[in-house]
Amino acid sequence: MPAQETSHAAFPTLLLLLPFLSALVLLLGHRILKGAGVFLSLFSAATCFVVSVLMLGSTNPAETVHLLPFLEIGKFRFAIDALLDQQCRGMLFIVTSIGLLVHIFSLGYMKEDAGRVRFFGALSLFMFSMTGIVLAGNLIMMFIFWELVGVSSYLLIGHWYEKPSAAEASKKAFLTNRIGDFGFMIGILMLFSANHGNVSFAGEDGLRAALTGGTLQHIAQTQGNFMSIAVLCLFMGAVGKSAQFPLHVWLPDAMEGPTPVSALIHAATMVAAGVYMLVRVAFLIEAAPAAAQTIAWIGGITALMAALMATQQNDIKRVLAYSTLSQLGYMVMAVGLFAMQHAGAHQETVPGHPAMFHLYTHAFFKAMLFLGAGAVIYSCHHEQDMWKMGGLMKHMPVTFATFAIGTASLMGVPFVTSGFWSKEAILGVAFEVKGGSPLFWIGVATAMLTAFYMTRLFVVAFLGKPRSDSAHHAVEAPMVMLLPLLVLALLTLVSAVPGVTHLLEAMKPHHAEEHATVMVASIAALLIGAGGAFRLYRARDKDPVSITLFANKFYFDEIYAVLVRVLQDSLAWIIAGLDRLIVDGLFSRLPAFVARRAGAAARVLQGGHLQAYTFLLGLGVLLVIYVVVFVLPAPGH
Amino acid sequence: MPSLLFYLFALITLGFGLMVVLARNPVTSALSLAMSFVGLAALFLSLDAYFIGIIQILVYAGAVMVLFLFIIMLLDIKSEEGKSFNLKAIVGGVVLAAVLAVQIAAVASSYGPGRTNLAEARLDLPAAAEYTKLPTIANDLRAGTLPDAKLVGQSLFQRYGFHLQVIGLLLLVGTVGVVVLSKREKEVN
Amino acid sequence: MITLNHYLIVSGLLFSLGLAGVVARRNILIIYMCLEMMLSAANLTLVAFTRFHVTDGLPDFTAQSLVFFTITVAAAEVAVGLAIIVALYRTKRSVETESVTQLQG
Repeated sequence: MPAQETSHAAFPTLLLLLPFLSALVLLLGHRILKGAGVFLSLFSAATCFVVSVLMLGSTNPAETVHLLPFLEIGKFRFAIDALLDQQCRGMLFIVTSIGLLVHIFSLGYMKEDAGRVRFFGALSLFMFSMTGIVLAGNLIMMFIFWELVGVSSYLLIGHWYEKPSAAEASKKAFLTNRIGDFGFMIGILMLFSANHGNVSFAGEDGLRAALTGGTLQHIAQTQGNFMSIAVLCLFMGAVGKSAQFPLHVWLPDAMEGPTPVSALIHAATMVAAGVYMLVRVAFLIEAAPAAAQTIAWIGGITALMAALMATQQNDIKRVLAYSTLSQLGYMVMAVGLFAMQHAGAHQETVPGHPAMFHLYTHAFFKAMLFLGAGAVIYSCHHEQDMWKMGGLMKHMPVTFATFAIGTASLMGVPFVTSGFWSKEAILGVAFEVKGGSPLFWIGVATAMLTAFYMTRLFVVAFLGKPRSDSAHHAVEAPMVMLLPLLVLALLTLVSAVPGVTHLLEAMKPHHAEEHATVMVASIAALLIGAGGAFRLYRARDKDPVSITLFANKFYFDEIYAVLVRVLQDSLAWIIAGLDRLIVDGLFSRLPAFVARRAGAAARVLQGGHLQAYTFLLGLGVLLVIYVVVFVLPAPGH
Repeated sequence: MPSLLFYLFALITLGFGLMVVLARNPVTSALSLAMSFVGLAALFLSLDAYFIGIIQILVYAGAVMVLFLFIIMLLDIKSEEGKSFNLKAIVGGVVLAAVLAVQIAAVASSYGPGRTNLAEARLDLPAAAEYTKLPTIANDLRAGTLPDAKLVGQSLFQRYGFHLQVIGLLLLVGTVGVVVLSKREKEVN
Repeated sequence: MITLNHYLIVSGLLFSLGLAGVVARRNILIIYMCLEMMLSAANLTLVAFTRFHVTDGLPDFTAQSLVFFTITVAAAEVAVGLAIIVALYRTKRSVETESVTQLQG
């Protein structure tokens, strides 16, 4: 198609500029702009969606578009430039489509909120920064937008800042992310120094070129540890942003934000940014096998641990949050496993990447689940405890149907749902990789647990009898909220169909052979998990199982609190001591003491005694005469 | 003979100078100072500086010493008899003065041109008359006298005219300052 | 014969006497007299140098102008200084240096 061969150079500018302007106008003028402001945000989201659809399916090779020169110091040049390739276009589609749907859903959900213009402003800011991450052609630009995403996430989690828990959660999310970002920055700087200041992904002197025949190749061959550390530092950024163990603690708390935010940011897009970044630098991970293994294991541990925690949560959003954690762990595990599989290959073009594929399917069904949960919460007058719901099937049939599709997809119901295919792809890689079998069984166990807790949630919230007044009087959500649900349900069903994946550039991996073991294991896990939960929770009024360890999230928050208290307090004690000793003592008190002592000594001279003054004056004169006449050589000699 | 006079007047100058420092009664000090200045004026005369010598007697021994005596009488300052010595100050002063004297003596004795005597530095008045432009000075020189008042005046008014004006201003300021300082402030009393 | 050095040494001794008096004595009036002595000693040096620096058959009278200036300034200084001493005596009832020790650090 020749029409699509034309360059999309103008599109990235549009994609970044529109949400930016919208965010600027709304955030600065949200007190002046009353309700009308939200349509500006909606308009920008819709335009971005159209633009990203137009960009889909291009057969152009990867193309770098220079947007803005940013910094020039001597030879070092850093520019805001966009790298348009298949991965970028696919991710753009996910971000803008879900972004648009969440905007529409929020019209209904946030209808009565006083700060909704502010909310939409922050949403636009998020769209701006997320688009920036997706477009980023180099690591520094990605880092800038990475931080911006953190800011918008902070703003959105803390949207109801009057609530102490929301304010606390936003702070926690931001600070936890900062820890990861610190590592990310170190990783970027390491690559920056190794590759002489160029941290572009593509391009002549970019990281990929350097790895296939430049400075980085030499380093990777001679100093494997350097590459491993650099990659692990980059991974730390992903650990923070994608809430991997041990920095996962912020994501469940982030559910304090409005539910559409949870759907967009803390389920579908922002938390996936870490995975997206890892896939972007997959070629680096492949060059560092030790790092790849670590990444895979961290992902596996997160997946299993989060799934265990999810089985004992009662808040409908928290169950979904832990499930998100678990699925993100899956994706990260896939990144690691895939890198192990392709170690040293340095492919020029990334073929279908299982992590990207799972990211893609997961984004749709998880966003839908969250929006569905949002609809339920909205209808039950902001009731979030699933034990106070029940029997919603009759009251909210459309929500029920879409939620069922999402649940099925998350559990991986074979053949009809997209989640099944992407999960299969990951498990397939784990099965094939040498040394991946423990991770394979972790994956299967996680799949079983996923089926278990999703069935539990579904059975408790939608089936049975209403267990509270608000559940009893629940009515179907308004059309503006149902529409996004329906669209997402459709996408969930069709997104793994080969034709659609190709069209949406989902990077679906093309497996030559389906492994029977994988298939059987995952179907068995589904059956055991779902069946067990169905038998256990059907027609129950309260949780028959109580495992405090899981309910209390393995006591991570408590452990961290103690760690922070012990470490930080002792560190603060030491630093305070040093401060008192060195800064106060050496740099402030000592000079003051010396000056005071010198002053006191000099004071003696200023005794007010006229005769002492004249004596000193005379002494000075004598000294001068002595030096000039008897010490210095006579003039002229 | 001239050298005898020099030693005599040098002795007068230094002896009365010592009296100024040692005397316990301020009036004795003041009168000794006057005598010391007279000796000094005589030394000036021996150096052929008649005008400066006369000025020294008129201004110092006359006006300034009268002023000192007047103030001593006005304030009715008693002699310091019976008062303890400030030993530290005395030792300091004596040591300082001694060291200074030694230094000056060392410098002077090693100063080569200082060994010329008065006979060697002879004045040649008729020759000087040839160089002088002012007739009155030239006439005096030819007559064999040294018109040093005229010569100082010539130097003052020809070379240092501006400086003379400044000195005049200084005296005016000094006069005004003395009046201001001497005025009793009514608020204080 | 009397040489320039004789005059210079007399002048130096007079100056040293003055310095000793300034440092050793407590009576401000006496200190003042000693200061005058030191000034006069300087004058003697100047005049001696003029006499021994013969140009065109005459002493160098420029330095004698300087002596004239010195005497004038000394006179003015004595007038102002004595006025200050009178003012001091009015407030302190004393002309001893021990009575003026307020100017201390």
